Amino acid sequence: MSILINKNTKVLCQGFTGKQGTFHSEQALAYGTQMVGGVTPGKGGQTHLNLPVFNTMREAVRQTGADASVIYVPANYAADSIMEAADAGIAVIVCITEGIPVLDMLNVKAALRANGAKLIGPNCPGIITPDECKIGIMPGFIHQRGKVGIVSRSGTLTYEAVHQTTRLGLGQTTCVGIGGDPIKGLDFIDCLAMFQADPETEAIILVGEIGGTREEAAADYIRQHITKPVAAYIAGRTAPKGKRMGHAGAIIAGGSGTAEAKMRALEAAGVVVAQSPAEMGAAVQMAMQR
Amino acid sequence: MNLHEYQAKQLLREFNINTPRGIVVEDPTHAELAATGYLGGDAWVVKAQIHAGGRGKAGGVRLVKSIDALLEAAHALLGTPLVTYQNAPDGQFVSKLLVEETLPIAREMYLSLLVDRETERIAVVASVAGGMEIEEVAQTQPDKILRELCDPLLGLQEFQCRNLAFGLGLTGSHIGDLTRMLRALYKLFTESDLSLLEINPLVITEDGRIVALDCKMGVDDNALGRQKKFADLRDDTQIDAREVAAQEAGLNYIALAGNIGCMVNGAGLAMATMDLIQLHGGEPANFLDVGGGATAETVAKAFKIILSDSKVRAVLVNIFGGIMRCDIIADGIIQAVKEVGVQVPVVVRLEGTNVELGRQKLAESGLSIITADGLTDAAQRAVAAVQGS
Repeated sequence: MSILINKNTKVLCQGFTGKQGTFHSEQALAYGTQMVGGVTPGKGGQTHLNLPVFNTMREAVRQTGADASVIYVPANYAADSIMEAADAGIAVIVCITEGIPVLDMLNVKAALRANGAKLIGPNCPGIITPDECKIGIMPGFIHQRGKVGIVSRSGTLTYEAVHQTTRLGLGQTTCVGIGGDPIKGLDFIDCLAMFQADPETEAIILVGEIGGTREEAAADYIRQHITKPVAAYIAGRTAPKGKRMGHAGAIIAGGSGTAEAKMRALEAAGVVVAQSPAEMGAAVQMAMQR
Repeated sequence: MNLHEYQAKQLLREFNINTPRGIVVEDPTHAELAATGYLGGDAWVVKAQIHAGGRGKAGGVRLVKSIDALLEAAHALLGTPLVTYQNAPDGQFVSKLLVEETLPIAREMYLSLLVDRETERIAVVASVAGGMEIEEVAQTQPDKILRELCDPLLGLQEFQCRNLAFGLGLTGSHIGDLTRMLRALYKLFTESDLSLLEINPLVITEDGRIVALDCKMGVDDNALGRQKKFADLRDDTQIDAREVAAQEAGLNYIALAGNIGCMVNGAGLAMATMDLIQLHGGEPANFLDVGGGATAETVAKAFKIILSDSKVRAVLVNIFGGIMRCDIIADGIIQAVKEVGVQVPVVVRLEGTNVELGRQKLAESGLSIITADGLTDAAQRAVAAVQGS
């Protein structure tokens, strides 16, 4: 088992014939992901990477029966692409695009609430179930099928957590990069709940960073609902207040969103909190042994 | 991107919101002209235009009651950095002053619009505690904070405006006045892709007008591409020069106080690298995310920006090569170190695709690049390099 995606997941690519869409679709195909086609408005009817290109998501879903999509569309058009995927009945929408205006995302979230589709991202590396399905820009080869579920706001820190759990022989069930934006799709709590319900997942790593209070909310949720061992790492202890640290959502505003507050809340919920990004693997191992 | 107060007030006026009459000036002579020729009266407010709060306590907002006092204030403020508790220790350069009329004030209130990330809605926040820091009010008198959350598909409704108006204790025609003002502010906020609009204080004058006495505005950086009107309002003198250079190079850089320069791919890993340096007894000199596609060119630009900080005694390069192969990154580092002529120790930690080949290239480069084995080793070596120098 795994969460959200597996070997049966049929994936469409939005922005399929563009540079990013092409490159990462090739990588996904090489990994074994069941890519079934893509959408580029105006290029419907063509063939790209030996797969059909469609003008609209509605047509693409009707023809292919896809249940997931990945978006490599520029920031100004990405919100529209998310809503198009949701409208076409896609269950899991993965938006890699960085730089979507916040107010667009408020509208997207309101539309998704009514629709029920699950959005991962934006501004994220994507999601992978090792050996079965890779949707996004992560390097596939560092992953190893195993027992740890990973949920993270940061791309490269996800790779660190993956790399460490692979080296320790723990492996991963599914890794979800939920993205660095303040307004985004799936949150820590959504993923924690799915990992808790997934029989293959034996332990969970949560990677957070400064900004917002979702890690604190996750800590509350863990205390009440998660019986599996959880380890965490929070980036940004040395980040200055009021400065946006690369990610749109990584900012300590008005004294709220500090790394200390998040680490305290997680520790209080029984989570093993790694003090160093080099110790995420060790922390989850420790959590599993206790 | 932040706006200056005078720019924010101009936008308010375009949406028919009352502000004090005022003129922005760049030299004392014009300040005098503004006061005598345009504003009139016998008292004025001189306000330093910088992108930081806390100006009042720092002496950046002065009430002057004579032309001599006005000139004195203008001379004192113009052409110098103003240090407030928000921008300490360096402060921000004052090149413009806003000279405004004074108004007889009956009441002060607080008002703001912002994107609330927890509820994923635009929040309108109001308080009777005007002129105070809202974070302080939230801590000490949370019952004095009123909040209305707007459904993005419906916008701010009239009943929500009434909730706020009556909550602020307004009566009579002020209920309608505030409602019209709030709806205009909501329109301004959404049409301009603002991330913050704060009016503190919002005042009622003795003759019964509702006026925005001060205003702070921030624009969503992600929306600047479609908000062309803000292109001319950018003021790079308010930002660290290295941060400006980094922006132009497409890099994310933030200056810090330490002496170990950092070059990292990914914002999360960049923050984690700073934390790691501190954990091992060092101090990071900067945050720098070179992004996913770290080419030789971007790495060279990043080195130049890091080394333009004279405090830097060592550079830690931390790259997790995913799609971008480590050997290509190593080529980039070698080329950049040669091209830029790096004089301080460079510690490199590479991980990911083709890592062995990358390390081999660094070792064979003949340059004094210290190759680290893992995250912890990298931080320890960088700290040791600084302590040794």
